[in-house]
Amino acid sequence: MKPFSALTAFCLAATPAFAQDSSDPIKLTLHDWSGQLITTTLMGEVLEEAGNNVEYVQADYIAQFAGLKTGDLHLAMEIWETTGREALDEAVGTGNVVNMGETGMIAIEEWWYPAYMEARCPGLPDWEALNACASEFATAETAPFGRYLGGPVTWGGFDEERVEALGMDFEVVHAGTDAALFAELEAAYQRQDPIVLWVYAPHWAPAKYEGSFVEFPPFSAECYNDPSVGMNPSAAYDCGKPTGPIWKAAWAGLPEQWPNAATVIENFKISNEDMGAMVADVDLNGKSVNEVVASWMANNESTWKGWIGK
Amino acid sequence: MQTPLRHITRGRLFWLGLFALTWLLSHYSFQLYKLLDARWIIRFPKALQLKLDTAISDFLNWLVNDAHLGLLTFRDLTRSIASLIEMPYQFLRNLLIEGFQSGLGDSAVQIAPSLSWIAVIATVVAIAHYARDLGLALLVGGCFLYLAVFGQWDSAMITLASVLVAVPIGAAGGLGLGIIAYRHTWFDKLLRPILDLMQTVPVFAYLVPILILFGFGPVAALVATVIYAMPPMIRVTILALKSVPEELVEAGRMMGVTRRQMTWKVLVPTAIPTLMVGVNQVIMLTLNMVIIASMIGAGGLGFDVLASLRKLDIGGGIEAGLAIVVMAIALDRSSQAFSERRMPHPRTGSWLQRHPWTTTVALIVLGTFLLGQVAPAVQSYPDVLKISTGAVWSDAMEWINVNFFDTLETIKTALLKALLLPVKKFFTGIPWLWGIIAVGLIAGRVAGWKLGFMAALMMLFIAASGLWGEAMVTLYLCGVSVFVAILIGTPLGIWAAQKPRAGRIILGVMDTLQTLPSFVYLIPVVMLFRVGDFSAMIAVVLYALAPAVRYAAHGIREVPPQLLEAGRMAGCTPAQLLWRVKLPLATPQLLLGLNQTIMLALSMLVITALVGTRDLGQEVYIALTKANAGQGIVAGLSVAVIAIIADRIVHALSDNQKRRLGL
Repeated sequence: MKPFSALTAFCLAATPAFAQDSSDPIKLTLHDWSGQLITTTLMGEVLEEAGNNVEYVQADYIAQFAGLKTGDLHLAMEIWETTGREALDEAVGTGNVVNMGETGMIAIEEWWYPAYMEARCPGLPDWEALNACASEFATAETAPFGRYLGGPVTWGGFDEERVEALGMDFEVVHAGTDAALFAELEAAYQRQDPIVLWVYAPHWAPAKYEGSFVEFPPFSAECYNDPSVGMNPSAAYDCGKPTGPIWKAAWAGLPEQWPNAATVIENFKISNEDMGAMVADVDLNGKSVNEVVASWMANNESTWKGWIGK
Repeated sequence: MQTPLRHITRGRLFWLGLFALTWLLSHYSFQLYKLLDARWIIRFPKALQLKLDTAISDFLNWLVNDAHLGLLTFRDLTRSIASLIEMPYQFLRNLLIEGFQSGLGDSAVQIAPSLSWIAVIATVVAIAHYARDLGLALLVGGCFLYLAVFGQWDSAMITLASVLVAVPIGAAGGLGLGIIAYRHTWFDKLLRPILDLMQTVPVFAYLVPILILFGFGPVAALVATVIYAMPPMIRVTILALKSVPEELVEAGRMMGVTRRQMTWKVLVPTAIPTLMVGVNQVIMLTLNMVIIASMIGAGGLGFDVLASLRKLDIGGGIEAGLAIVVMAIALDRSSQAFSERRMPHPRTGSWLQRHPWTTTVALIVLGTFLLGQVAPAVQSYPDVLKISTGAVWSDAMEWINVNFFDTLETIKTALLKALLLPVKKFFTGIPWLWGIIAVGLIAGRVAGWKLGFMAALMMLFIAASGLWGEAMVTLYLCGVSVFVAILIGTPLGIWAAQKPRAGRIILGVMDTLQTLPSFVYLIPVVMLFRVGDFSAMIAVVLYALAPAVRYAAHGIREVPPQLLEAGRMAGCTPAQLLWRVKLPLATPQLLLGLNQTIMLALSMLVITALVGTRDLGQEVYIALTKANAGQGIVAGLSVAVIAIIADRIVHALSDNQKRRLGL
């Protein structure tokens, strides 16, 4: 079996492959959001085109690092700078996990409001305009402050600190999960009720709902680290949130066991626009992940063949 | 003057005094801290905090990476167990859904297809008929047909494969441990606290170590499921063996049986009906775990529920959730039928005549296998015939949301102001030192000073772990939810007992609520009530309602008829009969219901963390997402501590009441 599959790999890839890939399946992790399923399926399909065998394993976003370290899992396609950096650095620090580079997608996360709020809060998306009509966003529990729905506590984000540093009349309420966060947005949007919450991209929500990100004073590393920088001289975090790449992470043994696949994985790059369109196709238009990936591959043949090196 | 004073007994004075003092201390704890400038009153001093979480994490690190048992490392041992479990699991997956293949990827060759959907349905129908009768066979067949028609077949078969592996392991393991505990008292004593912990520590708390030890994927999920589902089997086994009639054991001894024969030929066969109740519990708990198991790689229906709800496809979530319910109904009814099954007369005739079902099933399996080669619809249920109700649910949800939100919001605000916020303020205000003493006093007064001392010690453990604040939020959220659940559940239970027809419907709804994964209703609840304590409370009440209803109905039904007759003879009106005779006599059962409600409410806390509460459940969840095993276990133990104290207190109350009633 081994020489045969290596031979196919050779024919398909048609590269001067001196090192041969193992015929064992490369295990890719699947999480529970569509964007990640698409990225992973796309990677898997391309790897199969390159002659590798792949297997998909469902795993939790952070808990998967335990598996990547031991080699139970081999490749995680979406580690967000914004939410997964800490875990990634820790894992890379042990020497058992390697960073396979950027996916090409840039994670954006920021306070976000639906478009219908612009009529009620003139001056949006400026954050000072948002603050001026904080009372619009108040609920029974938070009055007189406005209610800002933040992400799960584990996402971090320094929203309490931001509210404090910028002197905003808002109270931060944390949703426990991504699903709860967007459930509230969906409900408020149906009723056209005021809401300001944590939204991130690439995600289906900015495609489904009309709205914009709030504009805070621009992020800089100094603003986060140095209280004296920014408009509040005595507090850090007096600015917006950083954006950051989405990384690929792999078990450290992957490049040795599948050297050709490792190159393909490193070459993998996809843009926010392409991904946003695919996510919307799956989550809003009800297509299956496989369908969407297949049609992207049909339309962008030169792109992914470039990754394989054909 | 005589009458009001008569009601002030010493017991009542104690409770009144305790409450008044606690309320005062809670109300003025902040002022007290400012006045005395003693911050330790409201916060446990940091310097004295136990560093148990880091110790546990270090220990687990050592266990996972360095521990050696002779030649093997500990992890090699767990990994080989994992591969042992994986074999039957993979076989069932191939058999039920994936088909058998050899080779990988492009070079894979299919050796045999999986069983066709028709063959699977025929098999379960045959089993159900064997277990009881045609009625059950039709019910089970209908349940599985639902899975096919609603497009849940593939995921359902993956879930079924894991159930079929987890249940035998859980049942056999439970039986084995139960037998050892029955034979050796010391083992029984050792096992009991472990069982308490297994049942009360939230699963999330030990997921991370399990993942590391058993590897990623379905097997780790299976191991977690078995740990969660086995304890009732052990308890039922011990109970069942102990209740085998003494005469039978005596008769066995007179025949001169060996110990092994005694166990397998006398004790276990006699106890089988009770043992099957345990198996039934294992099945139900296994299905309860489906969602959590899918978070760590079990796939199947649980994954569908999670993925649908992440894209707010409420209809999809409900359909997958109902598929779990339907499967639970099929497995529950069949296993109950087996436990009640009487030995039928042996059939006579040739082998074929004696085994009509086996023959039929074999024919169908073979027939669909051959037909499936030419007609794909025989192999897998055709897509065109699948039904989906998805859009209906989402539209209904939107309609409720747009039209009724304001009404719901008013109710919510009123309840928040009148009930939730004052209770929260009361609990979170209690200074930790007094909290420990108060819990000790309550437990001591109800169940004796030994337990009181233990309870105080256990509360000290929570405080010393730096989790006092979270524990108080837990008590508040649980307390309020249990209060509401009892308030709604007891009348429903009484109604169900008085009117059998209404009772059937009510108990059916309760069964569904309990098996429907809570995630399914969590998201609609958030849409209507926003993220916060109120949504969490609704979710907990929905989940924990069932035992309150069931035990109330059971308690009322079990009141001895002679006593009811006596009441009627004495000229009681139906209302008096209920209030003066039935309810007092049902109190022990009602208290057991309360106990179960508390346990379920606590076990639900981890799930409500997903909508953003700030209690021990959230602490466990944060630990899971950060893969911090120590933090998770300490927070999980704190939940267990609260559960165990509550359990002992309520049990003592129930015993006291029984004694008073002379039952």
